[in-house]
Amino acid sequence: MSEMPTNATADAAVTDQALQPAFFDWLCRMGDNALVLGHRTSEWCGHGPVLEEDIALANTALDLIGHTQMWLGLAGEVEGKGRDADALAYLRDAMKFRNFLLVELPRGDMAVTMMREFLFDAYHHLLLAWLSENSSSPRVSEIAAKALKEVSYHLDRASDIVVRLGDGTAESHRRMQDALDLLWPYTGEMFTSDEVDRAMVTAGIAPDLEMLRSKWEASVRDILEEATLKAPDPGGYAHLGGKQGRHTEHLGYILAEMQFLQRAYPGASW
Amino acid sequence: MSKKEWPLWEVFIRGQHGLNHRHVGSLHAPDAEMAINHARDVYTRRREGVSIWVVPSKDITASSPSEKGPLFDPAESKTYRHPTFFDIPDEVGKM
Repeated sequence: MSEMPTNATADAAVTDQALQPAFFDWLCRMGDNALVLGHRTSEWCGHGPVLEEDIALANTALDLIGHTQMWLGLAGEVEGKGRDADALAYLRDAMKFRNFLLVELPRGDMAVTMMREFLFDAYHHLLLAWLSENSSSPRVSEIAAKALKEVSYHLDRASDIVVRLGDGTAESHRRMQDALDLLWPYTGEMFTSDEVDRAMVTAGIAPDLEMLRSKWEASVRDILEEATLKAPDPGGYAHLGGKQGRHTEHLGYILAEMQFLQRAYPGASW
Repeated sequence: MSKKEWPLWEVFIRGQHGLNHRHVGSLHAPDAEMAINHARDVYTRRREGVSIWVVPSKDITASSPSEKGPLFDPAESKTYRHPTFFDIPDEVGKM
């Protein structure tokens, strides 16, 4: 997928040995969220409810895979063991994946697909906007700025569809409310800090997640209200563990499909 | 959602270097806002455009193919109707 950039921007964080384990983990989280959600979204290719939505979903999936290449490419550089984005995407086992549980859940119907995208995009957009403006790591800022343009569109599109379907027919409303109730307990993980997150905040690389949470809740609430959907109480039960490598049974199936070719035919390319 | 098909829209895109919006195709969408979004996804993935117009296909009035003769034939063989005999100074730019 990617090669080490030869004229990369100078960035002390990339070679900071003390920072390295946490920085590598955090970059894997960024890359794996994009990779797994991108893969889930790509499952709609050829199965969309209408041609136009099918193409829009495939575009979104491709955007996310593009972000994966950048994040995992940088993760490989930081790790310094010669692994590139391909090696990290195709040759890591499930326990080494650092994505949220939210993004690995099955794609469900269009309600689950678009509600998940909306809930994730609202977080993703806030995070990338902060990173592009404020991150102490120039390489992280660069990647965030590139991804932000695409994610702004993802968020607009997903918000629009959430409002249309939530405030649509009785059936579309019911499906969207069901999707929201199903996914809501998985959103807490995005804002639950661990030692990796705290190390990134201390280094000035990434933002404080509590600060993101309050902004996220405000923007998500506005859209859900417009969509006539009832948001479950914040601060309820949160499914955790994905960021630390403890996944649902669903991730294994994704990786089996995604990694099969490289596992069966190592180094295959076309 | 009902099984009724979404209405058809005609899509016009102004390219990076183009001066005019050009017809690029059509698509289905429930309203203008989604037609713009769909047009962005279906027709501008390779940075083809800087501006998109969408028009409901039903609002386009077309000339009838059977009237082709009366409409267009008289224009043939009247070369003086084409402004090809003028020298246009470079400073004028695109006409």
